[in-house]
Amino acid sequence: MRVAVVGVQGDVEEHVVITRKALENLGIDGEVQAVRKSGVVSKSDAVIIPGGESTTISKLIWRDGIASEILELAKSGHPIMGTCAGLIVISKYGDEQVRKTGTKLLGLLDARIRRNAFGRQRESFEALLDIDEIGRYNAIFIRAPVIEEVGEGVRILARFEDRIVAAREKNILGLSFHPELTDDTRIHEYFLDMV
Amino acid sequence: MRKIKKHFAFNPDEQVMDMDIEKLRFGTELVKRGFAKMQKGGVIMDVTTPEQAAVAEEAGAVAVMALHKVPADIRASGGVARMADPKKIQEIMDAVTIPVMAKVRIGHYAEAKALESLGVDMIDESEVLTPADPFYHIDKRKFTVPFVCGARSLGEAVRRIWEGTAMIRTKGEAGTGNVVEAVRHMRLINHAIMLLRSVDDDSVFRLAETYSKAYLRLPSGINEEFELKKDFCGDEIVYEEYSLNEIIDGLFDVLKEIKKLGRLPVVNFAAGGIATPADAAFMMQLGADGVFVGSGIFKSSNPELYARAIVEAVEHYDEPDVVAEVSKGLGEPMKGLDVSDLELQLQERGI
Repeated sequence: MRVAVVGVQGDVEEHVVITRKALENLGIDGEVQAVRKSGVVSKSDAVIIPGGESTTISKLIWRDGIASEILELAKSGHPIMGTCAGLIVISKYGDEQVRKTGTKLLGLLDARIRRNAFGRQRESFEALLDIDEIGRYNAIFIRAPVIEEVGEGVRILARFEDRIVAAREKNILGLSFHPELTDDTRIHEYFLDMV
Repeated sequence: MRKIKKHFAFNPDEQVMDMDIEKLRFGTELVKRGFAKMQKGGVIMDVTTPEQAAVAEEAGAVAVMALHKVPADIRASGGVARMADPKKIQEIMDAVTIPVMAKVRIGHYAEAKALESLGVDMIDESEVLTPADPFYHIDKRKFTVPFVCGARSLGEAVRRIWEGTAMIRTKGEAGTGNVVEAVRHMRLINHAIMLLRSVDDDSVFRLAETYSKAYLRLPSGINEEFELKKDFCGDEIVYEEYSLNEIIDGLFDVLKEIKKLGRLPVVNFAAGGIATPADAAFMMQLGADGVFVGSGIFKSSNPELYARAIVEAVEHYDEPDVVAEVSKGLGEPMKGLDVSDLELQLQERGI
C-alpha cells in the first residue's frame, strides 16, 4: 500500500511516522511518502493532508499541481484524510476567512467549515471525545476549524460541545483535530482500513 | 459540573459559547509544541503594518511577526528596543487570518503577560529587543501561549527548552542580511547533537551540570559579596521556584530526549540574517524546520516577489532548479552588513 502525505507545509513528518506505525500494527506492507511535487499522489492508494496553515497549503498544492492529482484520486474512490488545515482544504464551503484570503478548496467533503472556530492559539486545547467507530479519544485542537453544516451523504463521527469535529463522506475523512500529535494510532488505522 | 461562559477573541460578534471547563485543557505542552509544529516547512515574516501583513499572507507566509520596526531599523536607530505598541499588534491581528507573533524583551514578564492577554499566538522572547533582565529568561511554563526563543548553542537551546519554550530558532545576527551567523548557530547545534549521541549518560549528566551554571550568575555574585562559599548546595533555590538540583535534573531530561531523538524535541527554525531564497533553502538543507525572515523581505526592492520566492524556496529547498527559477530577476536584496564591522552583536544577549 502506498500512502502519500501532502508535504508542502505543516506537520508532515508526524503524519508519516504515525501512518507507518499504523501500517505495522495492521500488518500491512506499505510505503509512506511526503510529497512536495506532482507525480506521486496519482500513484498512491491514499492521501493525507496534514495540519499547518490552510492558506499556505492551499496555495502551494494548486501551484505545484498536487491539487488536481488529489481530485483525480478521490474521484476513483481512494481515501483522502484531512486534519485541521487539511479539513479546511478538502471541504466544499468555507467561511468569511476562507473567502477573504481567496483560499481555494478541493470541495471533496460536502461540508461548510469555519476557520479558527474556537479562537486563537490561547484558546487551543486538549479534550476527550467520543468518536463513532473509534471510541474515547484524546483530541488536540490547535486554532481548529469546525464543521458547521454537512450535506446529506456525510456521516458525523464526532461532536465537541455540539460542534461537528469529525465527519466522513464515503472515501473522504475530515477531522478538526490532530491525531498525528499523539501516539494513539486508532484513527490512522481506521483510515487505512478505508483503502 | 461547572459551566463557564467564555468569550472568544477571534469572533467577537457571535462566539460566546458554553464550555465545559473540566473537559478542556488549555496551554498543555502538546498544545504549545503542536502549534509550533504546524509552522513547519513555512516562512514567518516580520511585518510592521497591516498592509505588509496582508502581503505576507498573500505570498504564503505561515505566520507574521508584528513589530514596531524591523531589526535593520532597530539596529540603525539605536536606543532601547521594546515590545511593539499593542494597538499596532492588534491592527495586524485584525488584518490577517494566519497566526500573529510578537516580541518581548528577554526576561520581561509584564510585556509577555500583556501580549498573552492581547491574544498573540506566539511570543518571541527576543535578543533583538533590549534585554530587560540581565540574569534570567522568562519561565515560559507559566504561560498558556507558546514561546519561541533564540539559541546559538546546544546549551542555550537546552535551557530554553527546559524553561518551556515550544520552538527554538537560531539567533543568527538579526538585521544584517548576512546569513553567516545563522549558519554558524545551526552547525554548532547540529554538531553538538551528533556528539551527544555518542557519549554515555554520565557525560550527559556532567553536561547538564555545566549548562546549569548559567542560572547561578545572580546568586554567585551575591555570595561573593557576602564572602560566602562558591559552591552551591543542590537544594538552594536559584531561579523562580527551582533548586539547582531540580534544574540539573530538568536539563538532564531534555538532553536525554535530544540524545534519543537525534534532534531537538521542539521545532527548530532558522533566523537572523536570511535575505534571499537561496539563504532560506540553505538553512533548510542544514536541517532547519522552517525560516524566519526579518528585514529581508520589506527591505528588499520588491517585497511581494521576494516574499513569494522565499516561500517557494523553503518548500522546494532540495530542488536547485526551483531555487534558481524563483531567484531570477528579484531586484535588489536588502543591503547587508559584515558581522565583523558591527559594534553591537545582538546574539550575545540572553545566554
